[in-house]
Parts: sequence; structure tokens; C-alpha cells
Amino acid sequence: MSILVNKQTRVLCQGITGSAGAFHTRGCKEYGTQMVGGVTPGKGGQMVEDLPVFDTVEEAVQATQANATMIFVPPPFAADAILEAIDAGIEIIAAITEGVPVLDMVRVYEKVRASNSVLIGPNCPGLITPGECKIGIMPGYIHQPGKVGVMSRSGTLTYEAVWQTSNLGLGQSTCVGLGGDPIVGTNYIDLFKRFESDPQTEAILMIGEIGGSAEEEAAAYVKASVTKPVAAFIAGRTAPPGKRMGHAGAIISGGKGTASEKVAALEDAGIVVAPTPADMGTAVQEAIARGR
Amino acid sequence: MKIHEFQAKQLFRQAGVPVLEGIVAKTPAEAHAAFEKLGSSVAVVKAQIHAGGRGKGHIADNPQQKGVELVRSAQEAQAVAEGLLGKTLITIQTGPEGRRVNQIFVEQGCEIVRELYMGIVLDRAAARPVLMVSSEGGVEIEEVAEKNPELILKEHFDPAVGIDAFQIRKLCKKLDISGPAAKSAGQFISALCRFYVDKDCAMAEINPLVIDSQGRMLALDAKITFDDNALFRHPELKELRDLNEEDPAEVRAADSGLSYVTLEGNIGCLVNGAGLAMSTMDIIKYHGGEPSNFLDVGGGANTQQVTEAFRILLSDPNCKAVLVNIFGGIARCTTIATAIIDASKEVGFNVPLVVRLEGTEVQEGRQMLADSDVEIITATDLTDAAKKVVAAIA
Repeated sequence: MSILVNKQTRVLCQGITGSAGAFHTRGCKEYGTQMVGGVTPGKGGQMVEDLPVFDTVEEAVQATQANATMIFVPPPFAADAILEAIDAGIEIIAAITEGVPVLDMVRVYEKVRASNSVLIGPNCPGLITPGECKIGIMPGYIHQPGKVGVMSRSGTLTYEAVWQTSNLGLGQSTCVGLGGDPIVGTNYIDLFKRFESDPQTEAILMIGEIGGSAEEEAAAYVKASVTKPVAAFIAGRTAPPGKRMGHAGAIISGGKGTASEKVAALEDAGIVVAPTPADMGTAVQEAIARGR
Repeated sequence: MKIHEFQAKQLFRQAGVPVLEGIVAKTPAEAHAAFEKLGSSVAVVKAQIHAGGRGKGHIADNPQQKGVELVRSAQEAQAVAEGLLGKTLITIQTGPEGRRVNQIFVEQGCEIVRELYMGIVLDRAAARPVLMVSSEGGVEIEEVAEKNPELILKEHFDPAVGIDAFQIRKLCKKLDISGPAAKSAGQFISALCRFYVDKDCAMAEINPLVIDSQGRMLALDAKITFDDNALFRHPELKELRDLNEEDPAEVRAADSGLSYVTLEGNIGCLVNGAGLAMSTMDIIKYHGGEPSNFLDVGGGANTQQVTEAFRILLSDPNCKAVLVNIFGGIARCTTIATAIIDASKEVGFNVPLVVRLEGTEVQEGRQMLADSDVEIITATDLTDAAKKVVAAIA
């Protein structure tokens, strides 16, 4: 078992005719993901990476029975692409695109929450169930099937965490990049619920960063409802206030969203917090040894 | 992207958000003329910089000269302009180095009956914009939020619809605003909410917001930040950008698609990915060092971008050592290795260079560096890298 995606998942790429879309479609296929087609308006009928391209997601779903999509559509059109995927009844939507206007996401968020679709991202590396299905841009080879559920607001920092858990022989059940934007489709709590009920997942690692209050909300949820061991890391302890640290969502504003507040909330919930990014894997080990 | 108060007020005027008459001036003579043209008995002269706290802030070497002054004649306006223009203004938000004042805003005075605070920001948890109003105008809103959070009234709204009339009635009732002032408030608030959405603002803050003796609600100050990701649909706003207000290194980095923030320390960092870049700063500090910057070269950085990143890093005189931390995903370690070799030929590394490579094409990348004649301190993991770079400047 795993969460969200597995061997049976049938995946489309929206924006497959762009260079990033084509490149990562190949990467996912090579990993073993069942890529079944692509969508680019006006390019229907072409073939990319030996896959059929469709004009609309609706057509693509009818022809391929796809139930997941990864989106590489440029920022001005990304929200529309997500809405199209929701409309077509796609179950898992991973929006990789960085730079989507936040008010576009206000609208998308409301729509996706009222639907049966799950949106991961935007501005994220995607998600992967090691050995079964990779949807996104992460390097597949660092992953190893195993027992840690990983979720993160950052891309490369997730790779670091995955690498550490692989080297310690823990492996991962599923890894999800939530995205670095202020509004993303799926939050920590949504995934805690899924990891908690997934038998393969024995421990959960959440990687957060400065800005917003998603980590604090997650900590309160863990304290009340999670029985599995949880470890965490928060990036940005040294970040100055008022400065956007790369991610649109990584900003301390009005004295709120600091790393120290987040760490305190996590520790209060009985979560093992790694003191440095080099200790994420060992923090998971400690959380398992300690139990909940 | 931030803009100046006078620019924000021009946009407010176009959007039907009431403001007072005002004229921007770049010389003392222009300030003199502006006062005469406004024709009111009092005016306020305000330094235009991208930082708050101007009223309490003062000019460096001249604590008597505040950033905002009330004047009663054209001569006084001119004198205040002389005290501000070309000088450095230090406020609670500028840091000790302050900001140079290149222009001032001369604005009509008004008879203030009440001072309030109003702001709109994105409420991330609710995934909607939220309008905040407080009876505590003119003071730091963070302080109010800390000490008396119940004094901040909040109303969320749907950007597609704008704020509803009943929400405004609720706010007016709680703030004890009635009669002509309530009517004015209704127009003001709905126009401001519409403006926030139409222009893709990230933040709109009016402090103080006032009600004058004629019952008018007016924006006495205006602080606007736009969503950078939405600027593609507002070409007219891009022209309002003032590069004088921005860190040259950050502007230069942004031009190459790099994300850079100048910091106080002496260890330069070059990392791929925002989260990893922040964590690299954190681990340097954990082992006793101080980062001189945040630098995310991005997921798909090419050799030119990474070489430019090195140029920016090495042009900072505070940078005494460099730590390169790359976990290759889309970005390949070979790309980084090529850039390191190119940069060393082109700019030369006169400071110690610690490199930690992991991920895509790591073996090839490490080999390229080993075969080159660039002097590199190789690190095996994050902790090793941080310790080595801290030791290199000790």
C-alpha cells in the first residue's frame, strides 16, 4: 500500500509539447510510471514520447482512462489547466508550474475543495510512490520503497530527506511535495489523515519552512489525532523578517511565521524536530524508537 | 513589488478610493510651487521611500528632521524639502543604514476627526483575502495584533464578488461609524476591495485611515505590495518599479532568474532550491558561521546562470568563503561543475570554496572538478560542508 498513487495510476501530462513537459514525461516513463498521453490545446493528434496528444483533458480521459495528471503549463494558463483537469474528473492533479498568481489559486482552491479531485502544488516537485509511480520532477533513483511517509513544502530539501532515509534503510511509502506557494491544493493535515490510515507507512516526516501557519495547524492535528511516529524539520531559522526567501510563501510577515514558533508547536505535539537539515533521517529513527 | 505612497494614491484616485490632493516634488523649488498650487492653509510634506515608520523616523545626522512634517507656508514646505531631499532617512523599517530620499510628496492637510487602520492581505489558512479594520489608527498594527487582537475586525471576501454590503454595515456598526461617514466608508471599502483584486495586490495597507470633519473617509497613507507572479497581466504597474529602492545585487540576480537576498554574514552560499538554500544558511549558523546571502539558482539552472550567480557572490566584499550545496534533480551536478570551472577562469576564486555535490550526474560532476585545477575543499555531506566552510574562515 501507499497513498494517492501506485502501479495502477494512469497519468497524463498537460503541457507535454513544451520542453519541460516532454523531458519529464520521458523521465516518469523511464521510472515505470504508466504515462498514457498528453494535452496541449491546438496540438491534438501529434505524438510526443510515443504518447498521443489531445486538445482537451476530457478527450484524453475518454481515450486513455487517465486518472492522474501532471501540469507543466506556463503560469498565466496554469490555473485554467487545473480547472480543466478538475472538470474532467481527474483524481490526482500535480501542478508543477511555479509562478501562479495567488488570486488565481484562491479560485482554484475553492473549486478543487468542492470536487473529488486532489490537487498537489502548485510550485512543487510532484509526488512519488517508490518503485511504482513517479509523477513529477524528482530524481527517481534516490528513492527506495519503505516505511516513511514524506511531505514537504520544498523540492530539493525533500530530496535531501529522501536520500537520508534511503541511506538509513528506512525507505519511503509515498513522498509528496506540497508546494512553496501561499495557497496550495493539499496541506499537511490532508496527508496526515492518509498516511495514518496507510498500513505501509510506519512513520511520517514533515518538512516545513517559514511563513504562514500550516505547520502550527498540522502540529495541533498530530497532537489530537495521529498515532504514528512523526519527525519534522523547519527551514529558515536564520531567515530575516520581511524578505521572500525564494518561495512566494516563505516570508516572515508582521513577526508571524517564524521558524522558532513552528518548532515550538511541533515539539509541543510530541514531534521529533531535526536540529539541522543533516539530521532529518536520524530524527525519523528517533521518532520510531520513541513511539507515540 | 512595492511602490511609493504617491504612486499608490494615484492608483487609488483612478479606482475611486478617496485621497487628498497631493503633488510629488524632486527639488525644494518644486515643493514651494506644490504648496502654492494646492492652495490650502496647511500641507504635509512626506519623504517617499519604500519603508514605513517615516513619521517617527529621522534624517541621519539630523534627529530634528522627521520624515513627515506639517507645514503652513510655501517657504516652510521648501525648507522641509531641503532637509529631506538627497538625505538618508532612518526609520524602524529601514535598518540603521537608512534610505536615501529622492522625492517627497506634498499633500493637502485635513481636519482629522478619527484615525483608523485598514488593511487587506491574503489569509493563507482561509485561502481568501481578508479585510482588517481597527480603531487603533496610526500605530503599529503588529503591536495591536500582539496586545489587543480583539480590536482588529476581520471580514473575508470572495475576490470574484468583492465585499458584501452587509459586511461593511457590520464593520461600521462595530466601529461606531454612522451618518455621512458610514456612506463614505461604504464607498471607500468596496472600492479598496475591488482595487485589491483588480490589481492583484499582495497587501494593501492604509495607516492611518481617517474620517475628516466633513464625514469623509480618506486614505492618509497608502502602502501597496503587488503579487510578483501576477505582474505579467499588469504591464502598467511594472513601470512604477523604483530600482533605487532595491538592493542592486538582488535586482541583478532577478534579471538572471536567480533568487537572491543579501544578509549580514561572511559566508556566501550557492544552492539549488529555496528550502535547501534556507537550510544551508541554517546549518552554517548552527556550526558557528554567518551566511552573507540566500541564493537559490533554481531547479533548471544552466551554466550561464550559475556563472552569473558566482559573479554576484564574489562581488560582495563581505564574502570571505563560498559554500556550494547542490542536490541535483533537474539541475545536473555536471552543470554546476562546469559553472564552477568557468567562474574560476573568468572571475577567479580569491576565497576558499567548499563544494558539496549530490544527486543527478554526481560522479561525473565530482570527476570534472577533480580533473580541473580549481582549488576546492570537497565535502561529503551537509554537516561536513558546513563545518569545513566555517573552519575555512576561522
